Amino acid sequence: MRLDGNAIGGLLGQLFTAEVTDARGSCHGCGAVGALGAQHLYMHPLAPGAVLRCRSCQSVLLVLVLAHGRIRLALRGMTWLDMGDSAVPAVWPSASRGPVLA
Amino acid sequence: MARAALQRRLTWRLAEVTQLVAETPRVRSLLLRVPGWPGHRAGQHTDVRLTAEDGYTAERSYSIASAPDAGEQLTLTVERLDEGEVSPYLTEELRIGDQLELRGPIGGYFVWDLELGGPLMLIAGGSGICPLMAMLRRRASASSQVPTRLLYSSRTQEDIIYREELDRLGAAGSGLQVIPTLTRVQPPDWTGHSGRIDQAMLNDVAWSPSDHPLIYVCGPTALVEHVADALVSLGHDPERVKTERFGPSGG
Repeated sequence: MRLDGNAIGGLLGQLFTAEVTDARGSCHGCGAVGALGAQHLYMHPLAPGAVLRCRSCQSVLLVLVLAHGRIRLALRGMTWLDMGDSAVPAVWPSASRGPVLA
Repeated sequence: MARAALQRRLTWRLAEVTQLVAETPRVRSLLLRVPGWPGHRAGQHTDVRLTAEDGYTAERSYSIASAPDAGEQLTLTVERLDEGEVSPYLTEELRIGDQLELRGPIGGYFVWDLELGGPLMLIAGGSGICPLMAMLRRRASASSQVPTRLLYSSRTQEDIIYREELDRLGAAGSGLQVIPTLTRVQPPDWTGHSGRIDQAMLNDVAWSPSDHPLIYVCGPTALVEHVADALVSLGHDPERVKTERFGPSGG
């Protein structure tokens, strides 16, 4: 059944430390740019995985499979993924915000 | 704020049921205490995991209905789906003092923070009201005056979730206008809208595209897609129309 990419947040949260549903990605198929949470997600409670498709051209962006105690993430259709500064933990070493001047 | 806290991978936490509230004949709110809850943003959801004695597990996503300012207290509102395997348990079997496994908060897309402002157009079908309720409760607890309209579709009057609270929140002078529509049965004295949300109704009650409203639509997949398409046809910017589909069943 069709849902929003937002619904895959829990599964992706097992893999990434940052919240990625509001990260923007670019579709390798058509070049459209948008938040992962806004794309079309195909998932069913009894299915062993989920497929995220571009809402503009329906190309497959990512596939997540859960089986035999493992998680496999295939990021086959995304040219890039861009996360805001808020995705960086506040306690991240200061280097991420540039050198600290004494 | 939650975002400023140290982020780590999501893990399962144990939540304890502290109160159960019957909202409608098919819908129940679970008030939970979640030790160590890191806080959430209005609109986010959680995953709930149930484990049977034989080790079989089932996971479902539920929106958080409470405002993000209640510490370790969290409210999930669950609709019973007769063919579901999780919602009948949560709405009928679960007792005060029981424990649930819960993972969250989840989602950074379908969220509203005070700083995002408005005007706010919230559109819900059935239990799609839940994440929008977190936004309305947040707005109220912060005494926000952000102009807000809620268009809320239910089957019958008794299926309206949070009916009394919505009446209170939408009182004169609140800046919130609650606009119900009933799709199946209308009481004789009904003064609200009747029928499903369509383009004409949206044209009638939604902010105009020139007001640049922030729009959140939540409900069954068919309703969400129909409403989102109609909003775009009316000239609303697709980037300002955020959707959350519940699917035909989630159970």
